[in-house]
Amino acid sequence: MNDTQEPVLVCKDLCISYYTRAGEIPAVVDFSLTVKPGETIGIVGESGCGKSTVAMAIMQYMGANGGIKSGSITFKGRDLTKLSEAELRSIRGAEIAMIYQEPFASLNPSLKISTQLMEVPLAHENISKEEARERSIQMLRDVKLPDPERLMNAYPHQLSGGQQQRVVIAMGLLSKPSLLLLDEPTTALDVTVEAGIVSLIADISKKFGTSQIYISHNLGLILETCDRVFVMYSGEVVEEGTIESLFKSPRHPYTHGLFSCIPLPTTDKNAAPLKPIRGQLPLPFERPAGCYFGPRCDHFKQELCDQDHFRMAVVEGGASDHRVRCLNYNDIDYEKVVSGEKIKETLKIGKRVLNVDSMKKYYEVKDSSLTALISGKSIRYVKANEELNFTAHESETVAIVGESGCGKSTFAKVLMGLETGTDGEIRHNGKDISDIEVRDRSTKQIRSLQMVFQNPFDTLNPSHSIGGQISRVIRHFGVETNKKKVFDLVMTLLDTVKLPRDFYFRKPRQLSGGQKQRIGIARAFAGNPSIVIADEPVSALDVSVAAAVTELLMDIQREHKTTLLFISHDLSVVRYLADRIVVMYLGHILERGTTEEIFAPPYHPYTEALLSAVPIADPDITKRRIVLEGDLPSAMKPPEGCPFCTRCHRRIGEICDLETPPEQLVKDRHVIKCHISIEELSKIAPVIRMPKSVDPIQA
Amino acid sequence: MTSQSMSKMPSVKFGAGIWRAIKSIGLLRESWVGMMGASLVLFWVLVAVFAPWIAHFDPNASIQPFAKPGTMSSFGYTFWLGTDHMGRDLLSRIVWGSRTVLFYAPLATLSAYTVGILMGLQAGYRGGLVDDILSRISDIILSFPVLVLYIIVIATIGASGFNIVIAITFASSPGIMRIVRGLVLDLRNRDYVAAAQTRGESDWRIMLFEILPNARGPLIVDACLRLGYVIITIGVLGFLGLGLPPPDPDWGGMVNETRQMAMVFPYMTLFPCIAISSLILGFNLLADGLREISLRD
Repeated sequence: MNDTQEPVLVCKDLCISYYTRAGEIPAVVDFSLTVKPGETIGIVGESGCGKSTVAMAIMQYMGANGGIKSGSITFKGRDLTKLSEAELRSIRGAEIAMIYQEPFASLNPSLKISTQLMEVPLAHENISKEEARERSIQMLRDVKLPDPERLMNAYPHQLSGGQQQRVVIAMGLLSKPSLLLLDEPTTALDVTVEAGIVSLIADISKKFGTSQIYISHNLGLILETCDRVFVMYSGEVVEEGTIESLFKSPRHPYTHGLFSCIPLPTTDKNAAPLKPIRGQLPLPFERPAGCYFGPRCDHFKQELCDQDHFRMAVVEGGASDHRVRCLNYNDIDYEKVVSGEKIKETLKIGKRVLNVDSMKKYYEVKDSSLTALISGKSIRYVKANEELNFTAHESETVAIVGESGCGKSTFAKVLMGLETGTDGEIRHNGKDISDIEVRDRSTKQIRSLQMVFQNPFDTLNPSHSIGGQISRVIRHFGVETNKKKVFDLVMTLLDTVKLPRDFYFRKPRQLSGGQKQRIGIARAFAGNPSIVIADEPVSALDVSVAAAVTELLMDIQREHKTTLLFISHDLSVVRYLADRIVVMYLGHILERGTTEEIFAPPYHPYTEALLSAVPIADPDITKRRIVLEGDLPSAMKPPEGCPFCTRCHRRIGEICDLETPPEQLVKDRHVIKCHISIEELSKIAPVIRMPKSVDPIQA
Repeated sequence: MTSQSMSKMPSVKFGAGIWRAIKSIGLLRESWVGMMGASLVLFWVLVAVFAPWIAHFDPNASIQPFAKPGTMSSFGYTFWLGTDHMGRDLLSRIVWGSRTVLFYAPLATLSAYTVGILMGLQAGYRGGLVDDILSRISDIILSFPVLVLYIIVIATIGASGFNIVIAITFASSPGIMRIVRGLVLDLRNRDYVAAAQTRGESDWRIMLFEILPNARGPLIVDACLRLGYVIITIGVLGFLGLGLPPPDPDWGGMVNETRQMAMVFPYMTLFPCIAISSLILGFNLLADGLREISLRD
């Protein structure tokens, strides 16, 4: 980066509004940004804070009802807001390129990769087809895609999600843009794939000198990719600064609150729990006077913060480019607030309630192709779960971790009785339930095994009221039958999940995502279950909301002494709340043990890679970088030997390809399924290193 | 959702559903197409309800043949739309005929929907063999030209109001089944359905309480369109002489009876035709309006 260079993009005092039936909605207010050549800017914020609107405004692609109210967007000396449609077209795609969240939606499914890639230079430059093709292949090589010649002739559906996103990035870079906008480019991808894309993005500016604006809700990713970061809240930037200054000393209460919501390695569910930001994001037309964050701020001062709207100011005593939109940031002592936090008591682990014993689940797939008929193998098996062994005790939180397709949801289905197991046993309180379908289970059995679902927008039936849905569960399980008592119990449950009682009469569409998920939790706990399966309950929620829902889930668990099976792909959440972790890959359990054991060597190589892939929003922590090659193999054709052998960075030889690895016992209930001996694995250096402490877990 | 509204306890408890239904009809005001459709339909509903007060003549009485529209009758009333070849007052026949249409068309649609929804729920939710059998049956029915199907059914069971309902149910429920099946295939994978399954609800309850209410949007729009088609069908059946047995007024039948005189006395055929098309137009516009509104939210 060179300070004397002309900036690529300057947004000055930008105000963007949408015009709807309800009137004008100010989406972004007073937004200023300067992007220097080769610089990567991160914009972070929760949904609805206006970060995507900024990207759309830079592209001048606002839709019919959006408009720039005031301010300017200057790109290389030209004001984009004053350009004609034709001039804009020559800039879009050529000088400013954009990469969207979902790669499969960004590629046209009926055109070959080659057509879609070559179109970019052909449209913007006057070059021959051969040259365009050559450049496309070179670009595919640059984004580290294997065998680019072959990929050129492929259709998008033949590529995996990670490969598709690389193609989209290649497409964006083909015209050698000066500015690349990335809108949550890895949100739809798995963690290990995400790690690859992130390291690619981090290399782009070095390699091509492209400036980037990286939009994300994940502070950890911003830390790994960006030079400077803008934190947005409710349509305005509340704090901006370099990664260094902002991550080390966040000054705005909102930024600080965000960091307290992330399960960083310094948090602990008992000693240092997450501190969710109370309340919720105000709607654009309900923003308060003065500071928009005022009603949710712990340091709110009347007659100071609720007066006029104020502007960004340079932080006194900080870096010259660290600016904050807060009037009394100097008076806030975050250290003091932290010490006042109460410590929650550690739960006593009770008796064993769940015992999974070599449980298998195979799905039959009929293959009616001619070759299958000739070879006689007309039925093939998808091995969704292979030899699952683990136990769970009362009051214990067991996390099942793995990427998509690892079989964790299949296991949940078998446990709930939506599918039956092929072999082996799942014993719940001593009774094998793996081959009893839910319709054949007793009400008592069903009651004691309940589930919290992943998608908050899908978990509640949109046609029925909240009260109706909860009371249905209560009546169905026979907890209460008297109408009055059912109503009272629903009220108690609403209190338990900290929602106002008049939600009884609301329809799901009147609730926010976090509130819906709370109702989902209330519904699961209505029958006082002994085991609750939570299938990624917070992965679709915003950071601050997710923290609140996580805390709520654990509070209720404490109260009811429930066993929580927490299914997740996010190791940082899991580290925070789980007592024991089960790491799954392609239907196999590769490692299981207590949280401390999983997070310290000896690791299974896959656990090691997973740990390295999880972005951590703490600049003090150093991680060893392990980027896995390739993609998850298909469950139809799993590798013959170790399931992980195709991507393993510690493959020792043919034995990995041919033989299923043995379960090696490290010590009491800590098991690693690998050919490498425990002694070898113990020598591996820890992936995550904390600056001062010795053991990363006890921090 | 403001914090203020949250802290208040609910004041409306009873009748909130009814009030919301009225309000959602009020939404229709935002679509002028929908309003036009609703007015046309409402017009014919009012005509049917107040038929005895609007029509001055007995619809089946021969009074004065071949009277031009506007002729004064000897009783002192005017034949506003003239009379047909048998001397029956056209206005009275159209007015009374609206009752027939507005009784049998919704009844036939409702009946077709009941059958179609039940089959579609079964096919979509259970899948497998049930789906195969039901889908093949509907394929077979749909492979016949509709008109041939009506003629076969009516010829077998005879022409009467309720047999028309049966014929229409038979011919159009497979189409409805396909729509419902498609919607169910999507809805059955929702988490709330899984939640109901994991608490051991019966299949019927899941189909009728968890899935069906969420498919209502597209189904209501389709029902309005289909009501239009059913009116056409009833008209066509009447025209082919397969409708209601004479002499009761039936719009399609009126067109049929007077079509040979259409060159000389065009008004005899024209007015029933206008009646049919205006009602169909009404339902189609209403469907358009409903779709427009449902897309907006």
